[in-house]
Amino acid sequence: MTEDVSAAPRSGAAVCAPAALLQVCDVAKRFGSVVALRSVTMTVRAGEVHALMGANGAGKSTLVKILTGVFPANGGSIAVRGETRLFRSPAEARRAGIVSVYQDPALVPDLTVADNMRLAGVGLRAVQRWLVELGAGDLSPGSFVRDLPYPTLRLIDLARALASEPTILLLDEITAALPADLSARVFQVVREWRERGHAVIFVSHRMAEVAALCDRATVLRDGVVVGVTDTARGSEDRIVSLMLGGEIAKAGRAAARPAAAPAPAGQPPVLEVRNLCCGLKLQDVSFSLRAGEVLGVAALEGQGQQELFECIAGLRHSDGGDILAAGRKLVLRHPADAIAAGLVLVPASRLQALLQQRPIRENIALPLFGRLRRWGPIHMQRERQLVADAVARLQIDTRAESELRRLSGGNQQKVVIARWLAAGFRALLCFDATRGIDVGTKKQIYALVRELAASGSAVLLFTSELPEIALACDRAVVLFGGRIVHELPASAADEETLLRAAHGLVPRAAEV
Amino acid sequence: MRQVARLWEFVLRHPAPVGMPALLVLSLAATVAIHPKFNAFDAQSLAMAALPLAFAAAAQAVVVISGGLDLSIGSVMAVANVLAAAAMENTGFDHSLLLAAGIIGLGAVMGAVNGLMIVVSRVPDVIVTLTTGFIWGGTALLVMERPGGGAPEEFLTLGTGSTLTPWISNSLLLLIGSVAIIWLPLRRSKVGLCLYAVGSDRVAAFRSGVAIGRSRVIAYMIGGLFSAVGGLGLTMTTGIGSPRAGVLYTMSGLAAVVIGGVSLLGGRGGVVGPVIAAFVLTVVPADLIFLNIDPNFGQVIQGTLIVLVVMVGGLVALVRSRK
Repeated sequence: MTEDVSAAPRSGAAVCAPAALLQVCDVAKRFGSVVALRSVTMTVRAGEVHALMGANGAGKSTLVKILTGVFPANGGSIAVRGETRLFRSPAEARRAGIVSVYQDPALVPDLTVADNMRLAGVGLRAVQRWLVELGAGDLSPGSFVRDLPYPTLRLIDLARALASEPTILLLDEITAALPADLSARVFQVVREWRERGHAVIFVSHRMAEVAALCDRATVLRDGVVVGVTDTARGSEDRIVSLMLGGEIAKAGRAAARPAAAPAPAGQPPVLEVRNLCCGLKLQDVSFSLRAGEVLGVAALEGQGQQELFECIAGLRHSDGGDILAAGRKLVLRHPADAIAAGLVLVPASRLQALLQQRPIRENIALPLFGRLRRWGPIHMQRERQLVADAVARLQIDTRAESELRRLSGGNQQKVVIARWLAAGFRALLCFDATRGIDVGTKKQIYALVRELAASGSAVLLFTSELPEIALACDRAVVLFGGRIVHELPASAADEETLLRAAHGLVPRAAEV
Repeated sequence: MRQVARLWEFVLRHPAPVGMPALLVLSLAATVAIHPKFNAFDAQSLAMAALPLAFAAAAQAVVVISGGLDLSIGSVMAVANVLAAAAMENTGFDHSLLLAAGIIGLGAVMGAVNGLMIVVSRVPDVIVTLTTGFIWGGTALLVMERPGGGAPEEFLTLGTGSTLTPWISNSLLLLIGSVAIIWLPLRRSKVGLCLYAVGSDRVAAFRSGVAIGRSRVIAYMIGGLFSAVGGLGLTMTTGIGSPRAGVLYTMSGLAAVVIGGVSLLGGRGGVVGPVIAAFVLTVVPADLIFLNIDPNFGQVIQGTLIVLVVMVGGLVALVRSRK
């Protein structure tokens, strides 16, 4: 059964049932001009595991943070057992019985495990009991958090949350970096918590986990609840269609673009990745990228895409596998090695790539130093020429050229691309390069990506907005749990197919 | 054999608590070797000379552990120093103790003002404490334009005499007592834990339910308290108030903090390490004077030693991470 509440998002009071354990009513949240949550109304009953689902940017994490007092809501109300509450800090939420295990560990690295428990005011003995239950009973409470591996930290986080006996336990992507055996232990404990008559809110991208563990699911899309549904087996399709918001009929729009010219035979791919591994985040990933091709990477948050791009760009060391550029195996110890091999990154955050207080010219010329300066001073005239060419080609607005931070986000992103144009590259690695950029500039950037590909460059492109894959790419791979689970041509990469694959569901072969 | 390995592991894990006493013993041994007539009087004057620096180091250590920095410590010391010398000049002993308590309280308030300004206005700690340092440095000059004043003999004896045995001076007892009364209980308490948590990872601390702002203010407050005690120590050991003496201790205190194994990034280290480092930093220049080395060259040697000690700390971290 599916209760459709999206029809009446503003009449929240009518939907709110005060008898529930947790009643979220018409909650909204803005960050400046960006609306993260428009209106969320959600009911969690005692004795249920409630899934919170939605594609990237639907507002799941924002809702979790409002529920646990990390930041306040701009509107609406939260009631626990019928009593309206306002949480100003995680400590207040905890006193009301709401405890969260966040996506990243909330443990202080320079303290021991025991001190971390004291800090949160939780009894060490209770935590140890839960750790035994979770299969980590041999952990010494005197060890420093900074020395412990990531999966262990997740278990400590969870044990700490359980030890404070929450009536509502929030788990945000708890299984994202856990090996299968530990995940099974976590599920066992979650079920036990339900048996005790408490509630668990389970945020996950893994459809199979949700179906196996949860009783009901609330589905978010663009900051609005689009449906509440039972999660009995076979409900996956219903959830996917809720996430899509009835826009399934839009497939086929990408077919208009001609396919990329086939690469000349015998030429090695511009970029080849073989069996790349990086901890638990990236497992055995292989693909190749040819000249003139735009390869899309589709994934929900935290499926290993960040690690993949960072390994290729030399920002992170891989644990195994090879990265080849033009057939040559690379040893990437430093980003400079990747840049020298022609693998250049356009990160999501402009702050990571640019010098905010310096002029456009210097920002573009930064990676050029190696080429323009042979021991002596920088060759000013040649630098100026290269920069002017790149600025003209990208149509960068140079009215505020003296200080980069005065440029808009879109123009800043163009400066990042212009820098690599001037420096020369083999493969452009765009990691969510259009995040938070206005639609017009977004279009320009994608047109530019197409143009670069047409002139023989290769582009690896990850975007958190799945519909953009079909617009800009020739081919796409889907990452799920650190593995490539699906590969498809752009013509088949409509949002539904991508969304299903990105949730770890088998693609519907019959429909292709 | 296994015990040796265990011991080595312990040393690697706790480089400062093991290394600092070793460094102190080493530098004392060097002193005795250079100056064979080292006697109880020398030990006393060493402890006296180290007292203000040790408190400056303790004050800075608490603030740095909480992820901050306090550049006004020397000025707070100067204010405490001149206030004590001006107010105690013609008083009795019990009266002077009362005044001392008041001055320590004032130091805590000055620290808390620093902390509040940083937390509320979100102006970086370096700027806030640098400017309040100017203000308090000026205040010290307003209280006492040139060195002068005094304090009752019994009060001075707290820092200069040696009531127990000639080898253990009262100033050493005062230092150990203050650290034991102020720091050790704090270190064991939830408040102390919060200081480390805030310095280590503010986001994680916040999510663990720590009141970030309050913890930071408390750190500056304890820093101010230690600074005021250091200023009183300056009055005890010199017998007078001098408005410019304290200011020097800001930077040498910071050096002691770094040598003493406190990470400038916050969250790591303790107060005992920097206090011992303050002694080392007092012994080394004395040795150089015994050796008849040009004082200017002595500065170069001292700076080099600081860099070397800090680098050894970095190497230990590297060896551990390679394991």
